[in-house]
Amino acid sequence: MIPVLGLVAGVVAGLLLQPTVPVWLEPYLPIAVIAALDAVFGGVRAALDGIFNDRVFVISFLSNVVVAALIVFLGNQLGVGGQLSTGVVVVLGLRIFSNVAAIRRHLLGA
Amino acid sequence: MGSPSGADPGPGPADDPSTSQAPARRRLRELGHPRLSQGQLVAATLTLLLGFALVAQVRTTQAGDLEDLGESDLIALLDDVTSRGDELQEEIAQLEADQRRLEGAQGDVVAAEAAQERLDSYRVLAGTVPVQGPGVTLLVSDPGRTMTPIMMVDLIQELRDAGAEAIQIGSVRVVASSWVGTSSDNVLMVDGIAITSPYRAVAIGDAQTLAGAMAIPGGFSDSVRRVDGTVDVSEGEELTIDALHEPTEPDYARPVPSEES
Repeated sequence: MIPVLGLVAGVVAGLLLQPTVPVWLEPYLPIAVIAALDAVFGGVRAALDGIFNDRVFVISFLSNVVVAALIVFLGNQLGVGGQLSTGVVVVLGLRIFSNVAAIRRHLLGA
Repeated sequence: MGSPSGADPGPGPADDPSTSQAPARRRLRELGHPRLSQGQLVAATLTLLLGFALVAQVRTTQAGDLEDLGESDLIALLDDVTSRGDELQEEIAQLEADQRRLEGAQGDVVAAEAAQERLDSYRVLAGTVPVQGPGVTLLVSDPGRTMTPIMMVDLIQELRDAGAEAIQIGSVRVVASSWVGTSSDNVLMVDGIAITSPYRAVAIGDAQTLAGAMAIPGGFSDSVRRVDGTVDVSEGEELTIDALHEPTEPDYARPVPSEES
């Protein structure tokens, strides 16, 4: 529950402070946000499964973000940043969809 | 990852929604009573950062149109814009050339027309071309040879005063340099050519005005009649003056150079 409040507080803070993304962060932030969303949905699913663990959530969240940024960085260095970013987004999107499907089955039974 | 957790099979059959949902619903309700722990706070911090970053990214994407494009996209865009600019530049050059050509042609035509008009009016004034138009014809009979050069000058002046644009007396075209005099044997001369009675004079201009000028009491007609001559004035719609004046090159008079240009 507290992480959900944190998410809401973050959105509100973003809306109020109107931050601008630093240039050095621009290539990585979109992928990092997608990866973090994947971690959040995974956490919600784990909570509904009854196996939610703070430590696992924090580590998966951070590792998701770091790995996503690393992949983008590597892709940019190799000249395939666009393609690799697309691949990462596809994979994370699949994971988000499957997690949401699991959540849906838990809550709606369908 | 797609399959639901098998940790809690539940009391009833797995395909019964009402029973399989129950544990998840219970856990959801339990989440409503948070237990404050360090892990929860760290997770909350992370999700707070996530929400913040999410909003920042959305705002950046909405604000920037070129900022979030990749290098290759930007290069393609730049190429596109550059080639489009080149095309437009060529089109501008083409159109400007057209404009200059048209203006030049137009200017030439106008200048040629103006020059032709000036030339025509100068030719008429100089008497180097035959002219035709409405005017009056005078048949002057002077059997006693009593007409004086003064009377002839009066005739020319009265015709010009009435707006005659071209005058012919006998076979002589009257122009700016024309003069009237008498020969040694007292014969009337215009430009050195004897005018012998009867002779014909043609003036081109407004016919009614010219005829009226000839009928003025005390004018040319009156003076001729006073010396026992006759003048017959007739108006004509399409008279022709075919006598020409041979222009001579001026020996002394030179145009003053124009101050302009």
